[in-house]
Amino acid sequence: MADTAPPSKSRDLDKLLLRPGNLVGPTFDPGVQLRDDLQEYARVLVVGAGGLGCELLKDLALSGFKNLEVIDMDRIEVTNLNRQFLFRLEDVGKPKAEVAAKRVMERISGVNIVPHFCRIEDKDIGFYNDFNIIALGLDSIEARSYINAVACSFLEYDADDNPREETMKPMVDGGTEGFKGHARVIVPGVTPCFECTIWLFPPQVKFPLCTLAETPRNAAHCIEYAHLIKWDEVHSGKAFDPDNPDHMKWVYDEAVKRAELFGIPGVTYSLTQGVVKNIIPAIASTNAIISAACTLETLKIASGCSKTLSNYLTYNGVEGLHTKVTEFVKDKDCLVCGPGVLILLDTAVTLKKFIDMLEEHPKLLMTKASITYHGKNLYMQAPPVLEEMTRSNLELPLYDLMDKIPKDILHATGTIDKDNRKSSGLRKLRVVFKGVDGVVDMDMAGGA
Amino acid sequence: MAFHQAGAMIRLFKVKEKQKELAENANGGSPIKKQTAGELRLHKDISELNLPKSCSISFPNGKDDLMNFEVSIRPDEGYYVGGTFLFSFQVSPTYPHEAPKVKCKTKVYHPNIDLEGNVCLNILREDWKPVLNINTVIYGLYHLFTEPNYEDPLNHDAAAVLRDNPKMFESNVRRAMYGGHVGQTYFPRCM
Repeated sequence: MADTAPPSKSRDLDKLLLRPGNLVGPTFDPGVQLRDDLQEYARVLVVGAGGLGCELLKDLALSGFKNLEVIDMDRIEVTNLNRQFLFRLEDVGKPKAEVAAKRVMERISGVNIVPHFCRIEDKDIGFYNDFNIIALGLDSIEARSYINAVACSFLEYDADDNPREETMKPMVDGGTEGFKGHARVIVPGVTPCFECTIWLFPPQVKFPLCTLAETPRNAAHCIEYAHLIKWDEVHSGKAFDPDNPDHMKWVYDEAVKRAELFGIPGVTYSLTQGVVKNIIPAIASTNAIISAACTLETLKIASGCSKTLSNYLTYNGVEGLHTKVTEFVKDKDCLVCGPGVLILLDTAVTLKKFIDMLEEHPKLLMTKASITYHGKNLYMQAPPVLEEMTRSNLELPLYDLMDKIPKDILHATGTIDKDNRKSSGLRKLRVVFKGVDGVVDMDMAGGA
Repeated sequence: MAFHQAGAMIRLFKVKEKQKELAENANGGSPIKKQTAGELRLHKDISELNLPKSCSISFPNGKDDLMNFEVSIRPDEGYYVGGTFLFSFQVSPTYPHEAPKVKCKTKVYHPNIDLEGNVCLNILREDWKPVLNINTVIYGLYHLFTEPNYEDPLNHDAAAVLRDNPKMFESNVRRAMYGGHVGQTYFPRCM
């Protein structure tokens, strides 16, 4: 019998969600219920509404996710239009998050996208905790580091230092640069987090100041001379603003003069922007590829329909096409996602007593510890000026210094003496106060 | 073993929806007051500072802001003996991926420091590595005063004088430190 009805919109999704398979997760339960649950209950946050963000919103909405939110602090610029396809010329100047949400909702029925036109730092922790998965379309190390720290802050460990599954906040992080990109799955406590693998980043390119001042050899040197040296000479006191077109034009004009002086070709306005703002031209297809990978991983995590990539995919389309997935391992001493060392304390213990205890603790053996808590330096062993300023805290109960919270994380840095070798160490400590509300289920063995 | 038991998540979603109001009190509503990994690494570097007597450090924003501080260097030998030179340090949240930003706040006649306070020190720019720390930067700055060199000049007049006429360089340095002119430029006293 001929089928005259048009194919269902979820035809492709149904192939993944309505039938069993060989690569599915252990608790995968195929069926219409799963597809409906995905629509009704899964909440995904897309961070960034630019090159990756636009693609992510479209892909996620088309993949059955109906509850999406997007956050981006920028407004649309003309140079975005070659790839941020949700935007048109008449949208220039409007907030990216708002226009992106509106356009996707217009094209895909049933999806609800809440835009947030603000910085990621402006939201409190409760906001991020509302989501089941966070998808990142960011363009800086700093922003990724921030969101990673937020997601990992929800992670809790039990008394055996095992991560508690219900506190894991998975993230899917995408990044692109010209013809290259990456997509990675971060499950705090299971895979390495962003900080665990921060060593992957190569050092930034920085020219010696004297080269810029005396012996420039290429166009970038001329531009950086104007940007870093000449600007201050002429505008001393006034900060250079890379987003101010007049400032950028001034730097470009000075760079041209410098280049002429030394006979160096190649200074253009767009190169000036690139060097000053560290921009590499963006390519729509790279963004599309990476976003697709990220969306697929988000779908896998939410539904269990397949094993996720494990855990870092790189893509290189410079010549031909190359992708590879590498399985990095997490750093058990990671300051952000690691369990830290569990320490049980009485509320009467003073900071001084606590510092002394760290010397004897079998997992630490740390002498001359300096302690920091939520950005407050409770005690600093050095330099002398800080030691004096924090000395008075030593006699106070640690419980009071930690705002009388039953359990929290703090950090200690000092000399670790292990196997007769001294080294300096920075450790995350999970402090739990005995006999305070909410601490009834802790295993009391071990620790202090 | 990175595969997460994602199927269980959907069932949890339903549970979460019901418990959302109950869970609200735990973390909700408070702004994020976390320390970045960079701030923690900086805390470690500062707590391990081992400065020579000629260098001292101060924290103008108090004991809880380690990202902005000042270092004062009083060389005890070389051309600049007796002078006091102040440097401002600004550390970014992505430390140690990014080197600290250091500027000289004292106007000084020096081949590697220009009149705006820019400092030409390799480890602050092209040779910075995350394994370096604040101690090494301060030692590097100290070294600039005990061994100024004319090969990485930011002030090419001073560099030329050091190279061609060390005696004149010495007297220029002293005149600048006592408060006086070198060429067209006036240097305030810094002793």
